[in-house]
Amino acid sequence: MGEITLGQYYPSNSILHRLDPRVKFIGTFVYIVGLFLVRGPLGYLFAAACLAALIVLSKVPFRFILKSMKPIFLILIVTMLFNMLLTPGTPVFRFYFLKVTREGLIMAVRMGIRLAFLVMGSSIMTLTTTPNQLTDGMQSLFSPLTKLHVPVHEISMMMSIALRFIPILTEEADKIRKAQIARGADFESGGLISRIKSMVPILVPLFVSAFRRANDLAMAMEARCYHGGGGRTQMKPLRYAKRDFASYGVLALFFAICIILGRLGV
Amino acid sequence: MLIELQNVCYTYGAGTVYEVSALKDINLKIGEGEFIGVIGHTGSGKSTLIQHLNGLIRPTSGRILYEGKDIWEEGYDLRSLRTHVGLVFQYPENQLFETDVLKDVMFGPKNQGLSEADCRARAVEALKQAGIPEDLYTSSPFELSGGQKRRVAIAGVLAMDPEVLILDEPTAGLDPAGRDEILHQIKYLRDKRGITILLVSHSMEDVAQYANRLLVVHEGRIAFDGHPRRVFTHYKELEAMGLAAPQITYIMHALHDRGLNVELRATTVAEAKRSILMALSERASLKE
Repeated sequence: MGEITLGQYYPSNSILHRLDPRVKFIGTFVYIVGLFLVRGPLGYLFAAACLAALIVLSKVPFRFILKSMKPIFLILIVTMLFNMLLTPGTPVFRFYFLKVTREGLIMAVRMGIRLAFLVMGSSIMTLTTTPNQLTDGMQSLFSPLTKLHVPVHEISMMMSIALRFIPILTEEADKIRKAQIARGADFESGGLISRIKSMVPILVPLFVSAFRRANDLAMAMEARCYHGGGGRTQMKPLRYAKRDFASYGVLALFFAICIILGRLGV
Repeated sequence: MLIELQNVCYTYGAGTVYEVSALKDINLKIGEGEFIGVIGHTGSGKSTLIQHLNGLIRPTSGRILYEGKDIWEEGYDLRSLRTHVGLVFQYPENQLFETDVLKDVMFGPKNQGLSEADCRARAVEALKQAGIPEDLYTSSPFELSGGQKRRVAIAGVLAMDPEVLILDEPTAGLDPAGRDEILHQIKYLRDKRGITILLVSHSMEDVAQYANRLLVVHEGRIAFDGHPRRVFTHYKELEAMGLAAPQITYIMHALHDRGLNVELRATTVAEAKRSILMALSERASLKE
């Protein structure tokens, strides 16, 4: 428990940490689109080089970025296997009814690289941006949608509260788990059913405490006259600095190169 | 020795940016039947320390012995250790989960593998000792008052019939009446069942009144270890740690500074009263 790197901020003072969250958000989006534009080895090499440069710039130790890969490792393997076995084309070798094709192998490698880079790229954003900055950035980016009656402020408020509660509830769950272990509870042995049953002493108190906290929070917000987003100002409004415009320039260049490499197919 | 800690160190989040050294080279011996008060500032490491005593946390280095056996040795039965060393966490009412009070208290004994009848007998006995009236046994634990919930949660640990009972701030957030009730019950348990008690507390008054040994934890080390009276004579050092001696200690020192010959080591109101009256009558007889 408590090992969720995706969404875990790594405090440091790199140029990436100081960038405006909107730039990082759009940057991540552009990077992901770019990943799906390029097709050849040269393109992936370029994407890898950009990723490496970002990691160096972020000053986040590489093992933290690798850690974010852990939860999707299984998905990665399964995706690669399916691509390998189910893509039609010239067969490379057969194993009973299974057939591995040349096209399948290429597809599998391509998907593997894309997924891995995608997760690493987005984890750079979450590692260098605090959850609060992230939701601020999103709110500001999506604010035009308010015209279409999308409750942008409410959604971002819910997101930031949810993010804020993750560490609190993790800690709470850990405390309750320990308290039940101290009462002799056993969470490790037994079959699936008995293991699920053994979660009840953790889940019931956890739900009770989550509702109590939600109640308290709602009361505290109301006591401070919170009534939604209308007319609300921010203590630290987002403002673009020179480096942010420069970053947009770099992003545009990256995107252009990706398009060219994708067209050439190298 | 019942429990012995040898050179215990513990580091939170070892190998990450959030690395914190919580315990530094702790050596400690706990004997049978002691009533130990554990005092320390928030973040001093006292909660980490007590979680070592029943094997919830594994020390980064050092050894923990229960009745002479290393609890982290291969093949040691940690689950049975946890029935010998009962731990009541801070705000224990947050761990209640069953549909009624009796069932919740029976959770511990059930995990020990006792029969339904034995579990029930243990639970009823523990609830009685915790002062919960019988008509509440069938109500939902979530319907009780704060103080009642806490006593049910303590009964949940008592029902496992531990030899050592560790309580982490059992009086936090209770009103004075609820606080006194809980502390009296703890003392009663110790006198009646002879179990060893470790009481973590913020309140020097509580500890002075009940404990016969006081551990002061400061920045992951044990700063003082001794009888409360002896520890409180270091009240200036305690203050530097962000703690304070009982108010009585300050009054007695102030009276002494003004020339009244009172007993400086008095820690409870009753002792202070006796000592002040004695000093006053002494002075009166001198004047005559």
